[in-house]
Amino acid sequence: MKQFLAAAFASLALAFASPVFAQTPPNVLIVGQIAEPKSLDPHAVTAVNDFRILVNVYDGLVRYKDGTLEVEPSLATDWTISDDGKTYTFKLREGVTFHDGTPFDAEAVKFNFDRMLKEDHPFHDTGPFPLAFFFSAVEEVNAIDATTVEFKLKEPYAPFLSNLAYPTGLIVSPAAVEKDGKDFGRHPVGTGAFKFVEWEANSRVVVEKNPDYWDGAPPLEAVIYRPITDANTRIAEMLSGGLDVMVEVPPDSLKQFRDDAAFTVYEQAGPHLWFLILNTKEGPFAKKEIRQAANYAIDKKALVDNILQGTAEVAAGPTPPAFAWAYNESLEPYPYDPEKAKQLLADAGYDGSPLTFYVTEGGSGMLDPVAMGTAIQADLEAVGMKVNIETYEWNTFLGKVNPGLEGRADMAEMAWMTNDPDTLPFLTLRSEALPDSGGFNSGYYSNPKVDELLEKARSSTDQNERAGLYKQMQEIVKEDAPWVFVANWKQNAVTTASVENFKLQPSFFLMLQDVAKPQ
Amino acid sequence: MLSYIAKRLLAAIPVLFGLTVIVFLIMAMIPGDPATAILGSYATPDNVERLNRELGLDKSLPQQYVIWLGNLLHGDFGRSYTLNRPVIDEVMERFSATLILAGTSLLLCSVLGLLAGVVSAVRQYSWADKAITFVVLVGISVPSFWLGLILILFFAVKWQLFPASGMYAIYGGGDLKDLAYHLVLPAFTLAVVATGVIARLTRTAMLEVLRQDFIRTARAKGVSERGVIYRHAFKAALVTIIPVIGIQAGFVLGGAVYIETVFQWPGIGSMLVKAISTRDLLLVQGGVLVVAAAYVLFNLAADVIQTILDPRLR
Repeated sequence: MKQFLAAAFASLALAFASPVFAQTPPNVLIVGQIAEPKSLDPHAVTAVNDFRILVNVYDGLVRYKDGTLEVEPSLATDWTISDDGKTYTFKLREGVTFHDGTPFDAEAVKFNFDRMLKEDHPFHDTGPFPLAFFFSAVEEVNAIDATTVEFKLKEPYAPFLSNLAYPTGLIVSPAAVEKDGKDFGRHPVGTGAFKFVEWEANSRVVVEKNPDYWDGAPPLEAVIYRPITDANTRIAEMLSGGLDVMVEVPPDSLKQFRDDAAFTVYEQAGPHLWFLILNTKEGPFAKKEIRQAANYAIDKKALVDNILQGTAEVAAGPTPPAFAWAYNESLEPYPYDPEKAKQLLADAGYDGSPLTFYVTEGGSGMLDPVAMGTAIQADLEAVGMKVNIETYEWNTFLGKVNPGLEGRADMAEMAWMTNDPDTLPFLTLRSEALPDSGGFNSGYYSNPKVDELLEKARSSTDQNERAGLYKQMQEIVKEDAPWVFVANWKQNAVTTASVENFKLQPSFFLMLQDVAKPQ
Repeated sequence: MLSYIAKRLLAAIPVLFGLTVIVFLIMAMIPGDPATAILGSYATPDNVERLNRELGLDKSLPQQYVIWLGNLLHGDFGRSYTLNRPVIDEVMERFSATLILAGTSLLLCSVLGLLAGVVSAVRQYSWADKAITFVVLVGISVPSFWLGLILILFFAVKWQLFPASGMYAIYGGGDLKDLAYHLVLPAFTLAVVATGVIARLTRTAMLEVLRQDFIRTARAKGVSERGVIYRHAFKAALVTIIPVIGIQAGFVLGGAVYIETVFQWPGIGSMLVKAISTRDLLLVQGGVLVVAAAYVLFNLAADVIQTILDPRLR
């Protein structure tokens, strides 16, 4: 039987001596994605996986400067902000056309934001637009003339510009939306460096070079995105030559690629924070000393080195270092010091009451949550804190954590990835961001000073002033320890050695405008 | 015969109807909702409520079910929230991919299983019988997703004989040869367990039949040994084997879930797994309905074939 099978395999393999394993043609890049995109309408999606395609097909009014999270001109060449911070006037780039040949102008910009924000817009039903609230501060958008567009805000809102650089702010062709309606997401038309060619469901998305791109035609002729959900299969495809680029390599496999000259490994820290929400309202963590004790008791270095195998760095505070301009360099992570933790617990009179810890099985940005949860449990038990883990599937988990931990749990895992230093603390650390008022402050942290700093930073339009406010906020929050600050994830990717000019961005977007693959 | 088939098809309707109710209830009972799944960390109560309203999920459950059923009777399966395309397009595309994989597998496991079973039975306790029994036992015991990964490791990564994943080559290809090439590893992996089951059952059935009087009579009559085995014994044994192959067809459809994930086969199994985790109710409903209908049809086909083979059942 075995011989028969071996013979059958061998003869089959000979019969199909087809060139499947031949190299893909020069300058056609095959990218292994972690899932099928949901839609290629930038206003309808929320996943980084989809953004990796979108940022190459569309442009926004502004974009992130290479290697940073600071904005620079893109479809808008420059802009002015009124003194009260409520009116933004953009000058648009002239002579840009969408891939369908229609012109990009102020009316097109207005169409984009009205479609997302106005429920009575004729094409609002081409949504839903889950992240439209990024622009909820926008009162109205006015086309002043063909190349001038004005955004009137309800109140000063500092993150407005960086939200425009987010994929939710990418500009789609109004003519294409009118033509395809609800199916626009399957026939995307933008102004970007690559034009959409085809989307074969569950198999591939193909985009090709836009020779007329306003920022210079890209070297690549085409990019093919392949969805491969299983990480092991993705690795196998990479090793057997079926992919040129693979994103989100599991920590266990990075070494294998590092040791092989045929591949290049890239890493880039991003605006990501992995932390534990502590219930500051009730139970042991209502006391600051006990929250600090938890920060001292957990060996973050060991988590990052052993469980995440170096794919993340130890976090010092609530703001990821990727927001270089707003990050407080002087902040040091809580050191691993179990003795100090025990001392703090004793001083605070911790009675040994057990803690309930919500752990998720997996989820966006959650890294290796079960293994991390177990290690954290062991660290806390080592200083005398009894921890009971409750594990939930991601959606169930969110349903338990987002409404607040009161009466249910003392701590919960969480991870966020944001595009502005404002977003995370504003939504999760303010007294007014409690779950019942629509925020994510599930641990009920409240410090009037932090509220004041965050409100002030949000309404300032001066980046230096904002930076100062965020740095103060980080110091206070670190001291108050409403969370256990654990890790900042580094995004990774592997390419074959023949891929040139490849770069990962702090935004985690996969910009392919300059990438080449000469052979 | 025709009235029998018609009766069976009619009987399938309440089964399918009940199934849609069960799926609907289960999906309603598991925590989490599509809006939360779509919004992820941004799922504030406000945002969830707004999105649910836009998705039409703010209506009561019975209302949602009646609307869905009404649309279904008009041939409209609805639109998937997560894929933003009509459910029927996605389901039919995915189901045909699964049929290709499961069909090939079923053919493979039937041929190999019957062959192994017959050889085993005819040469009971011989070296060949022992070897086959051993291989079959291993085949039944090996977890198929693990076997899939091992086959990928050797045949795709190490020796580069077959592609690791997908249904067609990503560049060029797209013809029948390309498809067959991509089918080899997943179809074989999926067939292994079913082959084992069919082989064991064929062996038992053949052994039983071979001991019966009419076989002795046939031999006494001077029929050649080959004739005894294939024309008399095998035909009789098939009567017990066919329904099992029918059941295996369902099993192969179910097992396709793992195999499709491992080999990135764009089938309905991997679609359903994803649809459930994203709470895409309409996609789950559509997918389950089609798979269940196929299951009913497979079993019916097995029963019909059995009736044709066995005059006593008519």
